[in-house]
Amino acid sequence: MSPPVPPELLTDDVSLLMVLIDTNPYFWSSIKQSFPFSKFLSDVLAFLNATLLLNQLNQVVVIATGYNSCGYVFDSAGLVNARAESCLPELEKFLKNDASMSTEDTVNGVGHSLLSGSLSMALCYIQRIFRSGAGHPQPRILCLHGSPDGPGQYVAVMNAIFSAQRSMVPIDSCVIGAQHSAFLQQASHITGGVYLKPQLLEGLLQNLLTVYATDMHSRNFIQLPKPLGVDFRAS
Amino acid sequence: MQRGTNGEGRKFNGNEEEEEEEEEERNQDAWEKMYADDRSWESLQEDEYGRLRHVDNKALHHAQYRKRLRSASTTRIQKGLIRYLYIVIDLSRAAGEMDYKPSRMVVVARQVEAFIREFFDQNPLSQIGLVILKDGVAQCLTDLGGSPESHIKALLGKLGCSGDASLQNGLDLVHDLLNQIPSYGHREVLILYSALSTCDPGDIMETIQKCKKAKIRCSIIGLSAEVYICKYLCQETGGVYSVALDESHLKESVLEHAPPPPAIAEFAVSNLIKMGFPQRAAEGVISICSCHKEIKVGGGYTCPRCKARVCELPTECCICGLTLVSSPHLARSYHHLFPITPFDDVSPSLKNNPRKLPKSCFGCQQSLLDPGSMSVSCVSCPKCKQHFCLDCDIYIHESLHNCPGCESFKQSHSVVIRVSNGCLYSSGWMSRIHIEKKTLSRKLPKEETLLSLMPGEDNFDDRQCMKDDLCSKPPAALCHPIFLSWGNWEVLKLVICCRVQ
Ligand SMILES: [Zn+2]
Ligand SMILES: [Zn+2]
Ligand SMILES: [Zn+2]
Ligand SMILES: [Zn+2]
Repeated sequence: MSPPVPPELLTDDVSLLMVLIDTNPYFWSSIKQSFPFSKFLSDVLAFLNATLLLNQLNQVVVIATGYNSCGYVFDSAGLVNARAESCLPELEKFLKNDASMSTEDTVNGVGHSLLSGSLSMALCYIQRIFRSGAGHPQPRILCLHGSPDGPGQYVAVMNAIFSAQRSMVPIDSCVIGAQHSAFLQQASHITGGVYLKPQLLEGLLQNLLTVYATDMHSRNFIQLPKPLGVDFRAS
Repeated sequence: MQRGTNGEGRKFNGNEEEEEEEEEERNQDAWEKMYADDRSWESLQEDEYGRLRHVDNKALHHAQYRKRLRSASTTRIQKGLIRYLYIVIDLSRAAGEMDYKPSRMVVVARQVEAFIREFFDQNPLSQIGLVILKDGVAQCLTDLGGSPESHIKALLGKLGCSGDASLQNGLDLVHDLLNQIPSYGHREVLILYSALSTCDPGDIMETIQKCKKAKIRCSIIGLSAEVYICKYLCQETGGVYSVALDESHLKESVLEHAPPPPAIAEFAVSNLIKMGFPQRAAEGVISICSCHKEIKVGGGYTCPRCKARVCELPTECCICGLTLVSSPHLARSYHHLFPITPFDDVSPSLKNNPRKLPKSCFGCQQSLLDPGSMSVSCVSCPKCKQHFCLDCDIYIHESLHNCPGCESFKQSHSVVIRVSNGCLYSSGWMSRIHIEKKTLSRKLPKEETLLSLMPGEDNFDDRQCMKDDLCSKPPAALCHPIFLSWGNWEVLKLVICCRVQ
């Protein structure tokens, strides 16, 4: 458990940022030429460090959304001078493990990663923060997702979305893939988060910093991107 | 008094003490008494950092939750899916009384707000309307609708009490309003009644019989004392009558009405309802909405049949009468169809050997090792074998409805749902779904033809699920609802193909 933070220090702009990173290897190898995973990771790490610096009480948790499994790779709670780079060994371990679980030799297209799993884990973690007492940071979830929606996950993803809505946890989503994600559009629409599909991936860091670094309190005063229409398809 | 059992010596000066105590009680203010009765300090303890915390009654909570889970899984009653509920709120003089703090009406409004949110969570396709009773008349505050926010806003804007309450006027108004709704819906009234009398223009017995005939289920929650006419009304119409003892009991009584009631026998026959899934209109488009008859810019939804614009979902199209829902609305009820299995207790031999268990909960990463007793309190999912803490167990089964462990591993089986315009839906979700050819406007094509309209689905049988060998159960138990339609407009496609075990 995190060291006790006196509740009076927890102002309304202290955030708990749960970041779900899509690590589907088939997806990343499909856009290797235009936007390699390493470039993505360096942008994300810079963004996470920026978030940690914005307020020293901010907390960042990273969950990897893999192809065969999901897992926690980083938690800044309890670390002094937490730096997001320290998640790299854990992430590498996760990727190796995830790859070793593959049973199929060939995959149709790029396949889907297990969004429903990482969303469920993030929500369980947030419930634990809620349980910890009156003073807790404001939680939000950010999905950095590239793989297409998995039709088989529809029910589970919707269940997670409704549970997030009930506990008033916004789900932000940033879509890296070529197609819009109907799941994430609905997730952000229903929970009041921001949905964005950056036009140029080279500018990902700028998008992350200008849009997703905004805490829940500051969002009352800032014009964030509005959705152009929500696709309510099930799959 | 508890003291009576404490032996002879006590009895001797018992009377004197009691008198003293009563004297003390009289001198206490109401707020002091509240704390004294509550004994809230007894539920506090210090945690490892020296902060005051609530006493850890996790185990107790968990036991209660397990009981709930068991009772829910054994009694599987058919439930009405689409409910039309009017909440009638008594805002007569009696609602201004201050026996509830700060006043009855404020407390009632607070509970109604919580109830409305909970209601839509559990009954996503249902609708609520608000009626208030004051100055001897009944007034419709909001029409039936599916948006919690608009009801809550209207109620909080109208909070003030005066005059008498008339139960008859209220019932008459609700009866007229509910008479217009389609026959497949369950008609219900929930009355929050503060007054001890009713000031009626005519014979209330006639009104009660009228409601009974219209199959309106009336329930009343009283705030003061039991009133015969209220009890009689509930008995006659099959509702529930309760009188709240205090605020927490009121809350409990109100929330009891949120889960769908058992379907009334006559309605239990499953019938198919036409439903449309409207598109969200693009931002910036100017159109006249059919519900408010106003010019609106952007937002809103377009009816797939008549292309009229409506402001909110779920609703009925004012032009063509089609029930309009969005697929997220339907999705809210899926967890009733595909519940997750209860988690197992961890065997005692494993419990005493914490090294064999994972250190932390798979869901929330909390340490599973109890620092005080060095024992482990956790449960495990029978499917994915992951371990969870007791708090996550409750959260997963009561709110999330997903097992994070099962979702985090690639599975061979999954539920695929396709929703698009013009589907039919059954009003009884645990019932078998019949395809009634006569209700359809065109001849139902042979099943093969229908199937060819559903890409990816290869076989369909009305009587038996043939998806694969895993589930060859007859659909009487309905593990897999299959929704089909064939209208003269857009062809359906809501298929729930089931590959769950
Ligand atoms: Zn309108
Ligand atoms: Zn229409
Ligand atoms: Zn847990
Ligand atoms: Zn599981």
